[in-house]
Amino acid sequence: MSKVQIINGNETAAMGAKLCRVQVIAAYPITPQSKIPETLVKYVESGELAAEFIRVESEHSALTVCISASTVGARVFTATAANGLAYMHEQLHWAAGARLPIVMALANRGLGAPWTIFNDMQDSISQRDTGWMQVYCRDNQEIMDSIIMAYKICEQLHVPMMVCFDGFVLSHTVMPVEIPDQKQVDAFLPSYVPHLQVDGPEPININPVMLADPRANAQGVSCPSYMGFRMRLQETLESAGDVILNVGREFGEVFGRSYECLLWKYRTEGADTILLTMGSLANEASLAVDALREKGWKAGVVALRVFRPFPAATLRQALSKAKHVVIFDKNISYGNEGATCTETKAALFEGGLRPTITNYIVGLGGKNVAAADLEAATIKSVEQKGQVSTPQWIGVAV
Amino acid sequence: MVGDLTEEKVINVTWHGRGGQGAVTAAMILAEAAYLDGYQGVTAAPFFGVERRGAPITATTRFSRKPIRTLSPTAQADVVVVLDERLLQTVDVLGGLKPDGLLILNSSSGPEKFCTDMDIAVATSDANSIAKEVGLVVAGTVLINTSLLGAFSKASCLVQMESLEKAIGENFSKQAAKVNIQGARLTYEATRINRDWQLS
Repeated sequence: MSKVQIINGNETAAMGAKLCRVQVIAAYPITPQSKIPETLVKYVESGELAAEFIRVESEHSALTVCISASTVGARVFTATAANGLAYMHEQLHWAAGARLPIVMALANRGLGAPWTIFNDMQDSISQRDTGWMQVYCRDNQEIMDSIIMAYKICEQLHVPMMVCFDGFVLSHTVMPVEIPDQKQVDAFLPSYVPHLQVDGPEPININPVMLADPRANAQGVSCPSYMGFRMRLQETLESAGDVILNVGREFGEVFGRSYECLLWKYRTEGADTILLTMGSLANEASLAVDALREKGWKAGVVALRVFRPFPAATLRQALSKAKHVVIFDKNISYGNEGATCTETKAALFEGGLRPTITNYIVGLGGKNVAAADLEAATIKSVEQKGQVSTPQWIGVAV
Repeated sequence: MVGDLTEEKVINVTWHGRGGQGAVTAAMILAEAAYLDGYQGVTAAPFFGVERRGAPITATTRFSRKPIRTLSPTAQADVVVVLDERLLQTVDVLGGLKPDGLLILNSSSGPEKFCTDMDIAVATSDANSIAKEVGLVVAGTVLINTSLLGAFSKASCLVQMESLEKAIGENFSKQAAKVNIQGARLTYEATRINRDWQLS
């Protein structure tokens, strides 16, 4: 029987990993996600979870342990944030290149310097080109559901995934979360079957130096070149959208909460003005849309639930009727603009769609973003007909 | 649960305490109790900062008939609960309360001591003495957080004692729950309010 508990995002992530019966956990404490490994350690020590928790001296080592354990066939889990994720950077590339289905919970936090412990998405966005899939959660329920779906998706595709959620905003806020029944999770998520066996009768050499052209391995079998491997990773990510949707649909059939779209949409029917964002800000934006609709605006919210693979075609479809797209980014590519803005523009170019686009940089380092801010920014950008090309900053008290 | 709440009304509660007093725990237990009471949307969070023992801290609880969509802090709460009355001298407690809101204090004084020229209702309860009496003392610290939940129920009428007791029960071991519930009940009984208060 599933039951509702009032828990925070960190507890939700730990509970999600436990329900997935992860076998090896390696993580290093960093605010605001420390409660995740702390909770998991309790499960392991009390015998509630038959897993090995490996204590490490850094995030780089945490992911290295996960890579090793995943390579020999364990279902693994880690969690981090901000500079901890940045410290993992080298191994993030390795995990994806080695095609390991590692799932990471990421409590989004801004990067230093200057230090902040508070929320923005600069950490995960800075890792978007590592080959990991990324999903962004609106609330704690989505954290739970995304982690369970993540293992099913990753183990089909042999690609790792970050389940991202706003640090403090979700990690430290309790709210009702339906905890799925263990038996149902077991039925939904069978045991992990690795795609290679390293301790079998035939010793194998994994991830050796690759040359620019294919060459034969020790058995005389021709193996792909470096680019061949890289292209396969891209092809897998290109096809990942369908797998994510299928798993989302199946999840809905079992647990009653369906994830049948790579986006989350709110009141988009007949909307000509779209507020576009990610994470918990999508819920805040839905309040701004309610206020705008009250005033006679035809406004709606589109949130990118899945950011990698980038759902370009789905997004084009969702924005096909939009005259104005107002994009709120909790990140910035310095010298350019917010990441979702750049990616959205690229997606629209292919379809020949030309709504006005305004990009707002918001909520860096935990700066509060209220529905009224989003509403006012939307009104301003439509009045200016999106003619401001550089990103606008909201909430900067210089 | 009160009957005349509009569907979208979100009730905001702010807790003021000192690090170690358990304001965050109380905020979370209240959220659980509100959920058990039939509110579909409940959230609770510490004020996002670097807490340390003894320093002023705040926490918030929100509840509503519908799922809560905002996670941004409220400027003015409907109810403010103060675990240490001396905080009134150092923190702008009243600035974070609606002009017609409800102020609940852990104090041995009566509510009239804290009445201001504002239109707020004031409730007090001597949770400190009650908690001591029932044995809620750990390492020399008197734990009044769960007792004050009783004052919240009595003064606000927003969450029933039965739900609070259930929520307390789920957060403590059997024996500890018993004592905490006893503290909440006695504090409920001892709560004095300067006038009837209703949510605006």
